[in-house]
Parts: sequence; C-alpha cells; structure tokens
Amino acid sequence: MTSDADHSRELAERVRAAAAAGTPLALRGGGTKDFYGHPVAGEPLDIRPHRGVLSYEPTELMLTARAGTPLEELETLLADNGQMLAFEPPRVAPGGTLGGAIAAGLSGPRRPFTGAVRDHVLGVRIVDGNGAIERFGGEVIKNVAGYDLSRLTVGALGTLGAVLDVSLKVLPRPEAERSLCLELAPGELFARVERALRDGAPVTGAAHDGERAWLRLSGAASAVDAGARTLGGDTPLDDSFWGRLRDHALTFLADEAGPLWRISLPPGSAPPELPGPAMVDWAGQLFWLRTEATAAQVRAAAAAAGGHATLFRGGDGTTPVFTPLEPVVARLHRRLKRALDPAGVLNRGRLYPDF
Amino acid sequence: MSAQHPYHTDDTAFAVRAPELIERLRAALPEHALVIEEAERRAYESDGLSAFRQLPLVVAIPESEDQVQAVLAIAHELGVPVVARGSGTSLSGGALPHPQGVLLSMARFNRILELDPERRLARVQPGVRNLAISEAAAPHGLYYAPDPSSQIACSIGGNIAENAGGVHCLKYGLTVHNVLEVKLATIEGEIVTVGSRALDAPGYDLLALVHGSEGMLGVILEATVRLLPEPLTKQVLLASFDSAGTAGDAVAALIAAGIVPAGLEMMDGPAIQAAEDFVHAGYPVDAAAILICELDGGAEEVRADTQRVEALLREHGAREVRIARDAEEGARFWAGRKAAFPAAGRIAPDYYCMDGTIPRRHLGEVLTRIADMGREHGLGVVNVFHAGDGNLHPLILYDGNRPGELEQAEAFGARILELCVEKGGTITGEHGVGVEKIDQMCIQFGDAERATFFAVKHVFDPPGLLNPGKAIPTLNRCAEFGAMHVHQGQLSHPELERF
Repeated sequence: MTSDADHSRELAERVRAAAAAGTPLALRGGGTKDFYGHPVAGEPLDIRPHRGVLSYEPTELMLTARAGTPLEELETLLADNGQMLAFEPPRVAPGGTLGGAIAAGLSGPRRPFTGAVRDHVLGVRIVDGNGAIERFGGEVIKNVAGYDLSRLTVGALGTLGAVLDVSLKVLPRPEAERSLCLELAPGELFARVERALRDGAPVTGAAHDGERAWLRLSGAASAVDAGARTLGGDTPLDDSFWGRLRDHALTFLADEAGPLWRISLPPGSAPPELPGPAMVDWAGQLFWLRTEATAAQVRAAAAAAGGHATLFRGGDGTTPVFTPLEPVVARLHRRLKRALDPAGVLNRGRLYPDF
Repeated sequence: MSAQHPYHTDDTAFAVRAPELIERLRAALPEHALVIEEAERRAYESDGLSAFRQLPLVVAIPESEDQVQAVLAIAHELGVPVVARGSGTSLSGGALPHPQGVLLSMARFNRILELDPERRLARVQPGVRNLAISEAAAPHGLYYAPDPSSQIACSIGGNIAENAGGVHCLKYGLTVHNVLEVKLATIEGEIVTVGSRALDAPGYDLLALVHGSEGMLGVILEATVRLLPEPLTKQVLLASFDSAGTAGDAVAALIAAGIVPAGLEMMDGPAIQAAEDFVHAGYPVDAAAILICELDGGAEEVRADTQRVEALLREHGAREVRIARDAEEGARFWAGRKAAFPAAGRIAPDYYCMDGTIPRRHLGEVLTRIADMGREHGLGVVNVFHAGDGNLHPLILYDGNRPGELEQAEAFGARILELCVEKGGTITGEHGVGVEKIDQMCIQFGDAERATFFAVKHVFDPPGLLNPGKAIPTLNRCAEFGAMHVHQGQLSHPELERF
C-alpha cells in the first residue's frame, strides 16, 4: 500500500508548466473508467500519489480526503464507523479513486432516493487550468458563499480542474436492509415504487433485470419488515445484486462487446421504444440498453421523452458520447472551459470533442 | 459592509443616461409596468435587510417573458445594471436596488404552470411563493421540502438565487437538491434551460451553478421543482439542558447513532426566554439550551427512532425530555422556535440576524465567544441554531435610534462571521452574501478564488450588468477592507490560510 502524501504543489506545478507550454494533460486516477467519455490525447497526470483522508468526523457526517484515495479504502473506513457514501459510486474495477468518482459524477442505485454525487459534495480544492490552487465550498452542509464551483466539478470529467481534495456529506448505514423480487413489467416499476413510498416503505433501490423487478428496503428493522410485508414478492437467496448493479458487474453491463447506452429519463416515462435488451434502474428513470438502433434513433427517443442518452461504453470513436448541447448551452460550456482552463490543457475533449 | 455605503465606487461607475433608459423602457412596457416617480420607487428601496436602503433609478414590473427579455435587451444595449427581485425578503441585501439600475420585479410571475402529482413535480413561475407550492400540492398528499422561515412570503425565484434552506435541510436538502430544471433569461437576450426532469443532464452542472448565484448570472423565468410525499407520521421531542455545550454533545450523539432527524433545532437561554414570553409555548425558561427534534417517516420507523432518541438524549445530559402526545403539542414545541425572530423583535427595537455555519463540534466554544463579544460591543444576543446542519443564527439586539448602535451591531456581526470562518465554517449558510457580507468574502476566499468567480460571472454576463456589487467583492474592495481591518487590529489569526 502506498502511503498518504500531499502532492498538491507538484500537481499544480505540472499544470502550470503544461499551460505555459500548451501541452495537453490527461488526468488519471485508477483508470477504471477510461472507457467513459472521449479518449484524451495528452501527457498522463497521475493523481493517485495525492492520497489520504484529511479529516473524518463521524458526528458531523463529513469526510474530507485527497482525490487519489482509493474508494475501497474510504468505504471501509466509513463502514467501520457505521456510515457510507449514500450516492453509491460505481466501482467498475478495483482501484477507482475518489477523484475519479467526482470527475465521472456517476451515482448508484440509491440515486432517486438519497441523491446524486453532487448532492453530497460539500467542498473541493482544485488546481485550475492556470495551475492555481483554489478552494470552493467547505466542510459544512449549508454554505452559500460564492458560486457553487464544487458541484460544477462533479461530472466535468476533469475538464475544468484537477480535483485535489473533496469534502463529502456521509450518511449512517441503515440498521437493516432487505431485497425483494417482484414479477412485474419494467413499465410498471415507477408506479409500484411510488405506491410503496407513499405507503411509507423505505425504498432505496428499484431496478428491473429484464426478467423481474428488484426492490431494496433500508432503514429501521421494523420499518423494513413493515415495508416488505406490504410489498409482498419473494426474498431472493442472493442479494449481491445491488453491489453488482452498482459496480456494473452484472453481465449485461460488464460485457465490453458492442455499445452500451445509458438513457436518463423523467419520472414515470414509458420505456423508450427501441429494439434490443434493456435493464432498468432508478425506479424506471435509468435505462441501460443494448441496441442495433443508430445513435440518432436512440437520442431522438430519449429526447422525445424529455431525457438524454449517453453512449456509455463501446463507442465507435466518432459518435459523440454525450448528448449534443443546445447552441446557447454549448456556448456557455465553451466559455466556462475557457474561464477555468484558458490554455485548454485539462482533459481536452473528454466530455465534448470541441473543448 | 456598512448600511451607509452599501456600494463600492467600483460598482457604481456605469455611464447611465436616465432619460434615454426611461424612454426606451416606456416604449417596451405598458405604463403600469413601470415605476418612475420617486415617491413610488421608495417602496422598493429595501429588501428584508431594512437597514440598507437604496433608491433604484427605475422599477420595471414585467408581465411576460417577452417583456423581461425586452428590459434585458435595453439594459444590455445601454449598459444599465439590472437587479432582479422576487418578494424582496432577502436578509443579506441581495435584492437591494442599484442606484444606476433597473429594479426588475418578478412579482407578476406568480402562476403555477403545471402540477403533476404522479411524477411529483411542479413547474412554476419565479414569483410564486414558496408556501404556495406546498399548498397547491397538499390535496395530493405532497409538499415542496425547503422551508425558509419566510416561506409565506418569499418567492421560488429568490429561493433559487439564494439557494435557500430551512429547518429540514439535514434530511431533505437545500433548494439545490429540490429543483430539477430552471429556465433563465441571459443579459445577452437568450433563453436557456439548465437541469432536466431526468435525474441528470448532459454537460456541466449549470443547474447547481445557478443556485445561490444571487441573480448575477441570469434572470429566472421558470422553475420545475420536485415534490415529496407528506410523511405518514411525525413526532416532536423537546429536551432541555443545563449548558449549550451539553446540548451540542447530545446532537453529536444522535448523529453518531445513525439518526437523521427531519429537524433538529437548538435555542439558547436568552432565546428560550424571549420566545416563551412571546408565545407561551411552555418552554423550560431556566434551561441553558433546548433541543427540538422532529422525526418523520413510516409509523414503525418513527416509533423506533423516538425511543432511541429519547434514550440518547437522557444518556447525554438532557435533564428533561418531553415527547409530544399529539400533533397539537408538537406544534406547540415548534411555536417558540418559529417565533424566535419576532420574539427577539419584542425585546429590542431592532435585531440583526447573522447566518454563519460552523462544524457542530465547535458550538460550545463559539457560543461562549459570541457572548464575550456581545459584552465588548455592549449589545445583547440571542442564538437559534439549526443544530442538525451547523447553521447558527445569532440575533444581535440593538436600537437603531441610538447613535452608534447600528455600527456596533455591524462590527459585532462581522466578528461573528470571521469566527465562523476561523472555525472551518462559512459566513453564510442560507441567507446569501448580498451586500451585507461582501467584505467577509475577502476573508473566506483568496484572490485566486475571487478571480475564478469573476471569470464565471463573465461567462454568463460579459458586461457585468446583473446585480453588480453583490456577493463577489472586487480586488479593490478587498484591498481597502484588508487595510482598514488591520488598522483596527480586528483581523484575528492573520497566520491562518484564508480561503
């Protein structure tokens, strides 16, 4: 195991030098999500040496750690204190880092019930594209001083700054947890979960594997029992499903052959009418799709429902990974990129090819 | 910042020709959508921070998005500042008019455009009052979670601009966690939608950036918010303590035990007394601190949590724990807390409400130091505290008619904010920076961060016309503030890294 160390200055110096020379950099943590976004040409900038927990106050529900800290290490520390990262960042392979989880901004099955990555970020320290170290947000839950640059770094895929440290809101682990399997169609999932929630069932996961629906209940043991009684269904013998769903370890998600689409939809949307097998998460608001349909068809179907589609993995290198932006929004994006990274050296093109 | 001079000269250096502006606005808006006479403009000179007053050059009260765009286009063309305002309840002067600018009142944008109980969302105009959303949702068993204390009056547009909080933030989040999509008009005359009804949107999280941006990036035209099912059961507990420090430790114990209360509020001795005298809630007036703890959820869960919370509170030094026998008694437990501000208004002619946030573990020490500072400034203070999330509201008591007291209150308030930063917290948890705390931004952030803030501002508002002089201090302002501060010898711990 590598030891904890502060590499802020070195990282900032590397970015400063790269900006001065106009040398593009490819920021990299554990490299577990290299497939996500467009490939970046640039000198690798390894964030992993900058690692370690800086402060953890279980009674403040707050943890600050350096970006290179492995997710496994953080989750173990939290579990030892009866807490967790409630946004359930996917660990698609061993070695993923906190910085990578923030940059990718991907949230797990709890997303509709307890919030996304960005909802748990309290503050960040970053190196911007000029090599300046800046701190935004803080270590407290309520903080409205200055523009919210911390949440802006979430999901930016390292294009606006190299994240150095992150402060997160953490939550208690539930006292009890139980999985249920129900026989219902994917299109019925949203309504069924809504009914359960309004009946007070502590639902924290709602997925469909193509054959049956999976529901997860978490909370006080009595509440989980009561919820399970109301919902009915079968209790599966093996409930490793949720961990494998979160980490994209289910065969449907893990298969590297062919494109995998991620379609994000408004609540209560009908499943998109596209050919090919699908998996459902987020109570029907997230569709994973293997399809022969063209990118234009997939994106049109998503847009028609008020959502958007990401070519999550298995792209052909020319299809844009993320849904193209409206012209005005695209202009704001390019300007933001210029504001934080004037030389355009940070992960250039990873999010959208033109910046 | 001082109430006498809310704007820095840097922020009022626009070359505005009033007659031309008014002529152009008259051509674009119906007569009743413009307020030009000085006597009528007076009504707009303050927001909720009434010590600060500034007459706007002109007030526009548009009725349609086209009219908003027309006002912005004229302002853009003529280089005129624009301050957007919802209900004008800001406690930080965020909606204080600009002396050279248009005050853009969004009051007539007060319609709920869509309420979808199945999808649990509402699409509303920016002038819709916070509470009106919950009232409209109530027949469907739904509500809008963020509940700032001004929720009867404050507008959703203002809530987004300030990223408003409330008493239920620990469990249900701030405004930013409860808004799905926002439609904005830019100063360049375009309309842009950020966020999505889906749980994420492609590209950068511009929705988060808009929250808390204090009207400096765009004018909000519409918002889609998430609604939550009303909890099936609620329970309220009231615990009293012999010291605020013990109460703080009890809060830590609850959190450590894995309880996430819907609301967790603390009041100190003076606040208890003031509230009790006002609403007769039955508070223990001899206690040094009380905690009000609200639990919600399914019946089973609330029953189990109530037992655990009661045991934990007793174990951690509560000398008395009351459990509300019914909803009425629960409402009585809350009544004093909800009336804390007006109660402070009864014991002093004026009060000045602060809004710092601290890591909870420093509570005991911070309260002691606030009391010491109060003695130094010769002013009383009562403290109410969102204990679940560390957001402290000291109410500084003063009399604005006594010469020098307002200045003492401002100086005292500034020291409280600096103490919050020193303890690893922030100068504002939920009220925003506005003009009020703009100097303290120089303490919380360094030059690099402020340069980035200005760069972000420039992305959305290149000519710098939207709400100038608020939230983000210029380099000049910070230089002058720093010099003044060191002269007075008040900058504590100069050796600390400031950010």
